[in-house]
Amino acid sequence: MNLTLKIWRQKSKDTKGKMVDYKVTDISEHMSFLEMMDVLNEQLVAKDEEPVAFDHDCREGICGMCSMYINGEAHGPDRGITTCQLHMRMFNDGDTITIEPFRASAFPVIKDLVVDRMPFERIQQAGGFISVNTSGNTQDANAIPISKHAADEAMDAATCIGCGACVATCKNSSAMLFVAAKVSQYALLPQGQVEATDRVLNMVKQMDQEGFGNCTNTGACEIECPKGISLENIARMNREYLKASL
Amino acid sequence: MSGLFSSSIARKVAMALSALFLVFFLLIHVAVNMLSVFNEELFNTASHFMGTNPLVQFAMQPILMFGVVFHFVMGFVLEIKNKKAQGVKYYKNNGAANSTWMSRNMVYSGAAILFFLILHFKHFWVHEMNVKYINPLPEDPNRYYEELVHVFQSPITVVIYVIGFIFLALHLLHGFQSAFQSMGANNKYTKAIKGFTKAYAIVIPALFAFVALFHHFNH
Repeated sequence: MNLTLKIWRQKSKDTKGKMVDYKVTDISEHMSFLEMMDVLNEQLVAKDEEPVAFDHDCREGICGMCSMYINGEAHGPDRGITTCQLHMRMFNDGDTITIEPFRASAFPVIKDLVVDRMPFERIQQAGGFISVNTSGNTQDANAIPISKHAADEAMDAATCIGCGACVATCKNSSAMLFVAAKVSQYALLPQGQVEATDRVLNMVKQMDQEGFGNCTNTGACEIECPKGISLENIARMNREYLKASL
Repeated sequence: MSGLFSSSIARKVAMALSALFLVFFLLIHVAVNMLSVFNEELFNTASHFMGTNPLVQFAMQPILMFGVVFHFVMGFVLEIKNKKAQGVKYYKNNGAANSTWMSRNMVYSGAAILFFLILHFKHFWVHEMNVKYINPLPEDPNRYYEELVHVFQSPITVVIYVIGFIFLALHLLHGFQSAFQSMGANNKYTKAIKGFTKAYAIVIPALFAFVALFHHFNH
């Protein structure tokens, strides 16, 4: 298939960017979206032009690096996937596809489609962990009874890959789904109880300091999340936060 | 506790609490309004009670005023903060793919309700303050029904009111259920809550609109 691509080009963090049109031809419908981008970049390199910078790593939907906003949706027009799992069969011959970086004041563009998602790392560092005794007296995890329901819910929350699609999708650039997933995965388990109060207070404080917006419960994040993280986690985080504050 | 009132979650909860209070007020308001359809005398009695009872006048009314002002001010403050957090706008954004129009446009439906409320206050509250305190008239417990009917004789007023109620319905369709989520209630009852709030969001504004239309076409 032959396509027209409208891609956000921006030389660096401090320069102004703009949408630039490119044509790609003979794209196979079996290609992944990133492979199509590779074809474009090979064309650009052959013409001695600057290739389009975009984040990618595992290309199997685990690392969460491929942060593209395609045709007005994070990771494009499919559900439960990252950009590397999006296939060209989702598009038609002759289509014009817009490709933009994830947008949020807290996620500044570094170059082209690459954004700085360090705020997520700092939120994680503020409380997204448990302290474990590693002096040789570590308790066997299997010796701690956990109900199947709680284990499943914690595991569902832990599948968050921190890609930032929730922030990119949210009209308020809110990071609550990400933070809620990280709070929930520990809040549901006995191992997370010791630091529960500090965790939720510190992570929410860091989230607010990073400049993310307020959640207005549109539910868009849940729909666009490649791992299907549920809004129930946000409700749980709100409960945990109120419990820790009062 | 110190950081509670400046946190994003506390603001969400504050918005939710004020919203639930206002939603409950709507139920009382529409119940009194509906009396005017069935029984003129009963409506006058209820309105006279609401207009003269010290508990309603000097405790509940100021709380209501505070609730309304707080909800609007906080709503607009959050909208400004959220716009700032958003930064550069997308060249193409397909919001309809993952969320409802109502949820994405709460500030616009809220602003429309605010404009409606200004007119509503002018018709009833300003008039009430005038006849009670500024240019006092002799106490007449039977004046309320006539005043209500008089306001709804103007077709322009009725059209504006009905439009206001449509925006109220759109606002409630997202806002009522959203308040529960903000308060941390997302559990096995969520499906039932969603159903109840959706019905409430349609029925209550529809009853308000019915009262306005009823008095316009029956007098």
